[in-house]
Amino acid sequence: MSRIAATFARLSKEGHKKALIPFLTAGFPEISLTVPLLSALVEAGADVLELGMPFSDPMADGPTIQRASERALAQGMTLQKTLEMVAEFRKNDRETPIVLMGYANPIEAMGTAVFARAASAAGADGVLVVDYPPEEAESFARELKAESLDPIFLLAPTSVPERFAKVGQLASGYVYYVSLKGVTGKGRPDVAELARRLPAIRAAVKTPVGVGFGVRDAETAAAVAEVADAVIVGSRLIEELENAPAGEALARAAALLRDLRQGVDRAL
Amino acid sequence: MTSLYDLPDARGHFGPYGGVFVAETLIAALEELKAAYQTTRDDPAFAAEFARELAHYVGRPSPIYHARRLSETLGGAQILLKREDLNHTGSHKVNNCIGQALLARRMGKPRVIAETGAGQHGVATATVAARFGFECVVYMGAEDVQRQAANVYRMKLLGASVVPVHSGSKTLKDAMNEAMRDWVTNISNTFYIIGTVAGPHPYPMMVRDFQTVIGKECLTQMTDRFGRQPDVIIAAVGGGSNALGIFHPYLPHKDVRLIGVEAAGEGLKTGRHAAPLTSGAKIGVLHGNRTALMQDADGQILATHSISAGLDYPGVGPEHVWLRDTGRAEYTAATDDEALKAFHALCRLEGILPALESSHALAHAMRIAPELPKDKLLLVNLSGRGDKDMHTVASASGITF
Repeated sequence: MSRIAATFARLSKEGHKKALIPFLTAGFPEISLTVPLLSALVEAGADVLELGMPFSDPMADGPTIQRASERALAQGMTLQKTLEMVAEFRKNDRETPIVLMGYANPIEAMGTAVFARAASAAGADGVLVVDYPPEEAESFARELKAESLDPIFLLAPTSVPERFAKVGQLASGYVYYVSLKGVTGKGRPDVAELARRLPAIRAAVKTPVGVGFGVRDAETAAAVAEVADAVIVGSRLIEELENAPAGEALARAAALLRDLRQGVDRAL
Repeated sequence: MTSLYDLPDARGHFGPYGGVFVAETLIAALEELKAAYQTTRDDPAFAAEFARELAHYVGRPSPIYHARRLSETLGGAQILLKREDLNHTGSHKVNNCIGQALLARRMGKPRVIAETGAGQHGVATATVAARFGFECVVYMGAEDVQRQAANVYRMKLLGASVVPVHSGSKTLKDAMNEAMRDWVTNISNTFYIIGTVAGPHPYPMMVRDFQTVIGKECLTQMTDRFGRQPDVIIAAVGGGSNALGIFHPYLPHKDVRLIGVEAAGEGLKTGRHAAPLTSGAKIGVLHGNRTALMQDADGQILATHSISAGLDYPGVGPEHVWLRDTGRAEYTAATDDEALKAFHALCRLEGILPALESSHALAHAMRIAPELPKDKLLLVNLSGRGDKDMHTVASASGITF
């Protein structure tokens, strides 16, 4: 069983708990802080970690994550360094799954098969490439699975049922449902709408469904956790790090995560 | 042989290039667009409407002009100019904007958005938005807003809002990122008018189709005026819409050489250029399609350089990469200096101010014409007029107003 599947199985056994999945841009706010931040997030209640591989042109992201990517790249982040961070984290944490999230071009520059081997060797568990819809990702998904990595895909409020099936054929680990029309960090999810749409998606994809985009506080986290299998939080965490005074990044991130954890567990 | 160029396939591929590389959030909008375009493409009423707008609003057909004094000065082949600079708004960009605006109207979208570099596509979009009564938002890199103040004002006069983009390199590629973000957020009421033969399917096909009016006219005009087709067709390539517009109808005419001219900027060896095809840039994925991209070893997109803002783009339309690979078209590059020389030559010898983009195509024609016999015909796509570039040309000559 993959680390991601094992995590969802464990949560289910612990009384149908929902997963909390924070997103962090690798190399933000400082290259030296990423690995300690990942550990602090786990300590504060994260079940799965999404680690952003910075890209110069993050088309699907709002201004917060764009700024984080730009800053990370300006500090010299590369895809190779992101993989080294995963390996470093893995030395002290054998259980918490890491999902690498980013855009196609840096991965293609490395070579998709080379990337899959390197990501697996570093100890990553899943990969989400934002600009690889399932139609363009069949061979990549095979390369990931050959290295025991879960290919993670997005679904959106505008996705029609045929697309749930298409994603279902390739996806493992979990499916990331984008709760809003728009880019990351904008607006708030409509929970009633989520409750209406998620059952059909779950039935088609046969994996847990995580919901992200717009989760900003414990209250939203609780509401989303009522209907989803996992709550994903990205821009809100990046904002917290952006505004943290020097030396307080870890403490601020941990405090936010603990608050969100309470929200998620309130849904029980 | 025809089938080799009867592309893209149903999923937007030109060989290994093109495709649909976007986040799931955009898929539904692209499906809707594809379906709408498929039905209008075969609709004679749409074709008639398009032709009427091009004739009476744009002023087509644009003439082919024999640049005799330039040809005589060079002493070789005859240089012919396809005068897209005479179109309403001053460039070929408007052909595509009219097509997409008609489609937007059919789809019932009241709001159009666009990205622009130099401002030509932004101006053309703002123009058709005014013509058809759409709300219009144009995204433009903050650097370009500074460099092209007159065009920004022109767009505002036409009723458009111009949004400066401060992310990344603050140029065309970043404007395109921002337009995509707007589209994702406002999908239900918004039509994204992409200005070149790049982006996710169906854009490279659709923009090409609308621009082929250029090459189709040439096929008739060449027979009527010169009794034969040209020996060589030369066009500038940034994203590549004016080039595909004139090349595509000539793909089956195998005895016509097709040459695309990229921006060599300060020289291919300096790295400060915008010539992914000529410099052998790696294939990658950006802005929804797989294509040749200027990028570093880590796959990060590089900032490009050209004196011509309209060519200042790290990628190129996927069909051009395919035409290069199959050998049907050749690609070369002209430097800033060569383009400027061509600009001045056309001003002095023919009384025509070419756009700096088009000056790149002209520069290559001027390179090869002297080597060729006098009965050879070189057809250059003069894709736009150069009034917008006067500040750039003046400052390159050390003159300030």
